[in-house]
Amino acid sequence: MKFKDVFEETYLALAVNKARSGLTVLGIVIGIASVIAMISVGAGAQGSIEASIQSIGSNLLLVYPSFARGVGEQVRGGFGSATTLTVDDANAIASQVQNIAAVAPQVTTNAQVIYQGQNTNAQVIGTTPNYTQVRNVQIAEGNFVSDTDVQSYNMVAVLGPTVVSNIFATGTDPLGATIRIKNYNFRVIGVAASQGGTGFGSADNAIYIPLSVAQHFFTGNSSVSTVNVEVASAQDMTQAQSDITNLLLQRHNIADPTHADFQVLNQASIIQTASAVTGTFTTLLGSIAGISLLVGGIGIMNMMLTTVTERTREIGLRKAIGAKRKDISTQFLMEAVMLTGIGGILGVALGYLISLLITSLSGTATAVSFESVVLAFGVSAVIGIVFGYYPSRRAAGLNPIEALRYE
Amino acid sequence: MIECRNIKKTYGEGGDASTQALKGVTFSVKDGEFVAIMGPSGSGKSTLMHIIGALDTPTSGEYLIDGKNIASFTDDELADIRREKIGFVFQAFNLLPRATVLRNVMLPLLYDGVPEEERKSRAKKALKAAGLDEEHFGHLSNQLSGGQMQRVAIARALVNNPAIILADEPTGNLDTVTGEIVLDTFQRLNEEQGRTIVLITHEPDIAEHAERIIHVKDGLIVKDGKEHVRRRVHHK
Ligand SMILES: Nc1ncnc2c1ncn2[C@@H]1O[C@H](COP(=O)(O)OP(=O)(O)OP(=O)(O)O)[C@@H](O)[C@H]1O
Ligand SMILES: [Mg+2]
Repeated sequence: MKFKDVFEETYLALAVNKARSGLTVLGIVIGIASVIAMISVGAGAQGSIEASIQSIGSNLLLVYPSFARGVGEQVRGGFGSATTLTVDDANAIASQVQNIAAVAPQVTTNAQVIYQGQNTNAQVIGTTPNYTQVRNVQIAEGNFVSDTDVQSYNMVAVLGPTVVSNIFATGTDPLGATIRIKNYNFRVIGVAASQGGTGFGSADNAIYIPLSVAQHFFTGNSSVSTVNVEVASAQDMTQAQSDITNLLLQRHNIADPTHADFQVLNQASIIQTASAVTGTFTTLLGSIAGISLLVGGIGIMNMMLTTVTERTREIGLRKAIGAKRKDISTQFLMEAVMLTGIGGILGVALGYLISLLITSLSGTATAVSFESVVLAFGVSAVIGIVFGYYPSRRAAGLNPIEALRYE
Repeated sequence: MIECRNIKKTYGEGGDASTQALKGVTFSVKDGEFVAIMGPSGSGKSTLMHIIGALDTPTSGEYLIDGKNIASFTDDELADIRREKIGFVFQAFNLLPRATVLRNVMLPLLYDGVPEEERKSRAKKALKAAGLDEEHFGHLSNQLSGGQMQRVAIARALVNNPAIILADEPTGNLDTVTGEIVLDTFQRLNEEQGRTIVLITHEPDIAEHAERIIHVKDGLIVKDGKEHVRRRVHHK
C-alpha cells in the first residue's frame, strides 16, 4: 500500500465522523497549547530574573556581615543585621586581594523622602564613587557622589528614576533642588538611569548619598551593611571569594571558618540558584500542562478503540479482500497520528497566541522557545503512536470471518 | 485447481459448545468449472466456502490451491492468496456504506499497490462487466437498491482478475428477475472468461445454472455429480 493511499484512506475515514474527530483533536490542541503557554511563562520568568541579576553588575561578589554561630548556638538576629563589617575591611579587600577591579562599601537604610509636600519611601544607599562601576549604575543627569563629597560630609543626593517620578512633578528639573531625607536637607546633584525591575527593593527606587553622611546621620556607627566587590574577570571569582574569606577571617581573628561573622556571596551562584528555582517552577507548570496532554492522548485512544469496534465489519471486509495485518494497523495508526498531528499544529499556534496574550494583558514576560515547540510536537506524535498502537494492533489482529459476522 | 482432502472443521474446539461443522470433505474443482454447493441450513456450506476462499484454515485435512497446501499458512500469507486468486461475493454484500460505488470496487486494488488511475479504470471496467449503469458509479453504496449492491459486490470480486470467484447465496436477497440477471453474469464470466465459479445456494433453480452440483449435509458431501443434476431438474 502506497503512502499517498494510506493518507487518503485516513483522511476519508476521519472525515466520515467530523464531529468526533474534531473533539478528539480539541483535546490534543488544549494539551499542547497549555504546555507551550506554561513553559513560555516559566521561561519568561527565568529570563527576566536572570537579566535583573545580571543588571546589578558583572563579576560581582557581595560581602555581608552575619552573626558568628558557634556549635550549638542559635542564630541571633537576621541576615545582614550584624555590625561586624567596616570600611577598613573594604579598604583591606581593595588593597590586599589580587585581581580586584573595584570595591564599594555601602550602608543601606529605608527613609521617608519629602519634596514640596510630596513624599515617598525609598532605599537610601550611602556609598562611594566606585559604586557606579561595581553595581552598573548609569547616570542620566548631573553627577554621582564624588570622593570630595565623601570626605567633606557633603549633604548631596543622587536620585533613582522612581524617586524622581514619585516626588517631582513631571517636567520639573530635580537637579539643584533641596529635598528632605529623615529631616535632613540634601541637594540633588544627579539622577540615575533606570536599571529595570519593579516593586519594592528595585534599584530604581534608591537614593545614593555619601557613605560618611549615611554613617554619621543615619546609622551612627562605622559599620557597613554590604561590601560590593568587582572581580577583574570571571575566572578569578572563585579565587577572589576564598581570598576575601581568608583575609576577613584573619582580620576578625576567627580561626574556625564555620564561626565566620560575614558571608561572601558569588553573583554567579545567586544566578544559578535563581535559575534552579525558576527551572523547577517551569517544570512544574509544564508537568501540570502535560497532564492535560495525557488526557488528550487518552481521548485519542478512546476514539480509536470505539472506531475499531464500530468498523469491525469494515476491517473484516478489508482483510477478506486481501489486506495484510500491516495494512490494517498502518491505517489505524495513521488515523491516530493524523489526529495528533493536526492537534499539534493547532496547539502550537494556540499556545503561541496565549503566551502573547499573557504578555500583553499582564505584562509578564513570556518566551516561546523553539525547543518547547519541538518538544510539544514530538510529544504529540509519540502520543499518537503510543495511544494509537494498541487499537491498531487490535484491529489488525481481528479474525476476518468473525469480524464479518460482527453485528 | 482447488483440492480438498478429508477436511474437518470444528468450532470452539475443546470447549463444551464445540460444533463440528465439517466432518471430512473430499472433492476438487478444476479450473474453469462452474460448481454449485447445495445443502440445508447449518450443513456447513459457508464454513466450506471460507476454507476454499482461504479466509479460514481447516482443523484437519489438506486444502490445496494450485498444488499448494495452505493449511499451515500465516494470516498474511492467506491474505496474499485471497488478494491474488480469489474474489468473494458475500451474502450480505459487505460494501463500505459511506464510500462511493467506485471506491468500493477500487478497494481490493489498493492493497495490491495499483496506481490510482489504473485502479479507477479497472474498477469501471469491472462495474460494466457486472452490469451496473455508469450513472451509479459516484453514488454512495448505501443509496443503492439490493440488486445494484449485488452488482457492486460482484464487480469488486472481479476487479483483481481472480481465477476463482466464490459467491455465498448471491441471489438470496433478490427477486427472481434480478436473481436471474445476476446468475447470467456469473454464467458469462464462466463461459467467456473461463473463471472458476463456486456458488452456494439452497435453491435448486439457481443450482441449475451450474454444470455440477455438490450436495452437503451435516458436514459431509452426500452427492456430487453433473448428468445427475440436469436430469433431476428436467424431471421436476
Ligand atoms: N464462527 C462460528 N463459531 C461457532 N460455530 C459456528 C461458526 N460458524 C458456523 N458455526 C456452526 O457450524 C455449523 C455450520 O455452519 P455454516 O455457517 O457453515 O452453515 P451453512 O450451511 O452456511 O448454513 P446457512 O445455509 O444457514 O448459511 C452450524 O452449526 C453453525 O452453528
Ligand atoms: Mg451460510
